[in-house]
Amino acid sequence: MAKTHVTMTVNGQTVEGLVESRTLLVHFLRETLSLTGTHIGCETSHCGACTVDLDGQSVKSCTMFAVQAEGANLLTIEGIAHPDGTLHALQEGFREMHGLQCGFCTPGMIVRAYRLLQENPNPTEAEIRMGISGNICRCTGYQNIVAAIQFAAARLNAPALQEQAA
Amino acid sequence: MIPGTFAYHRPASVAEAVALLASLGEDARPLAGGHSLIPMMKLRLAAPSALVDLGAIAELRGVRREGADVVIGATTTTAGLIASAELAAALPILRETALVIADPQVRARGTIGGNVANGDPGNDLPALMQCLGAFYRVVGPAGSREIAARDFYQGAYFTALQAGEVVTAIRIPVPPVGHGWAYEKLKRKIGDYATAAAAVVLVLAGGRVASVAIGLTNVGDTPLVADAAAKILTGSTLDAATVDRAVAAAEAITAPASDGRGPAAYRTKMAGVMLRRALARAATRATH
Repeated sequence: MAKTHVTMTVNGQTVEGLVESRTLLVHFLRETLSLTGTHIGCETSHCGACTVDLDGQSVKSCTMFAVQAEGANLLTIEGIAHPDGTLHALQEGFREMHGLQCGFCTPGMIVRAYRLLQENPNPTEAEIRMGISGNICRCTGYQNIVAAIQFAAARLNAPALQEQAA
Repeated sequence: MIPGTFAYHRPASVAEAVALLASLGEDARPLAGGHSLIPMMKLRLAAPSALVDLGAIAELRGVRREGADVVIGATTTTAGLIASAELAAALPILRETALVIADPQVRARGTIGGNVANGDPGNDLPALMQCLGAFYRVVGPAGSREIAARDFYQGAYFTALQAGEVVTAIRIPVPPVGHGWAYEKLKRKIGDYATAAAAVVLVLAGGRVASVAIGLTNVGDTPLVADAAAKILTGSTLDAATVDRAVAAAEAITAPASDGRGPAAYRTKMAGVMLRRALARAATRATH
């Protein structure tokens, strides 16, 4: 089967590759680009471990072909921290509030929460829970994930701290 | 979980897509959001020889008014339905329904056209489209036509769509100002199909039901229109005895499968409960 040339932007970098039409976006990210932070969990569009940000929306990269992302702008967990290596407020939040145990769902949770806080910078607890309803965690019972996102929202909404972070 | 091989095409226009589907033959499939088709392909339950991706066709996206109707492009995503201020004002039941479909990531990719055209009895929008009296615009090798949502579904995954035809838009007559509406869905968890769900649009005049339409989701091989129930309710004040008779009439047309969502008898009863709740909520929202 002939391969297709794809070009897209991932974490600010232009990347390209040759893919089979059936190559899933998550496989392109992990195997061609070696960006293994994006996880494969259920492979059935349910668990959200493979969540990436694509043109300003959270998507499940196991349920898209890489060819469909031609020309798209993607953000993965590897692109969440600041360029100088300091952690994003969400990463700080997951660390401070114990938002993970085994950590398998964490990349998808953080990338999803990143978009949620862009859409709704000051969500209620219920809005957070609905916002991450496409991401499954089997360890935490979600309580500390919600707390981690609340921590990040508060941090991002505090002007003084924002300056400090910048 | 790797799909079989296929040839990938990404046309820029509907005409090009229809020509491609005609030349590629019956094993080619159109690809919209892909959130029904790609999972099926990963399980090898579907193995199309070619996919014609509709994602780059600008004319298939967006919401517009045509006289008294709203016309929604087929590749408008579920998230796009939720975000549309025009739809929230004209067709609030569509937004209410879209919000209980799947989860945020799936709503970002899944489309209205794919949801209605796939013929999956678990999908929420087909029964709603029947309730609203919507029409599907399709284009194929023989030209374009409109199919009423109520005539579209023939069985699970069997529809009136002919080989090579693509749904391009959904035309929905806007219900009168002041109508009441509700979509009530019972599901086990986020992302699940309905155990049972009911869509109700009604118009009240002087405290009585001037008109009402009822659609039922996932309690048969196709979405169901509960016309007999609607007839019983028309002219009534939605008094308890009349609602009981209408609910019984709606339950009588259901034929759900017994599955992980419960035995058939339970799902039939839940269809009745969803209808009862939808009627009550629609009545409180109606302003006449």
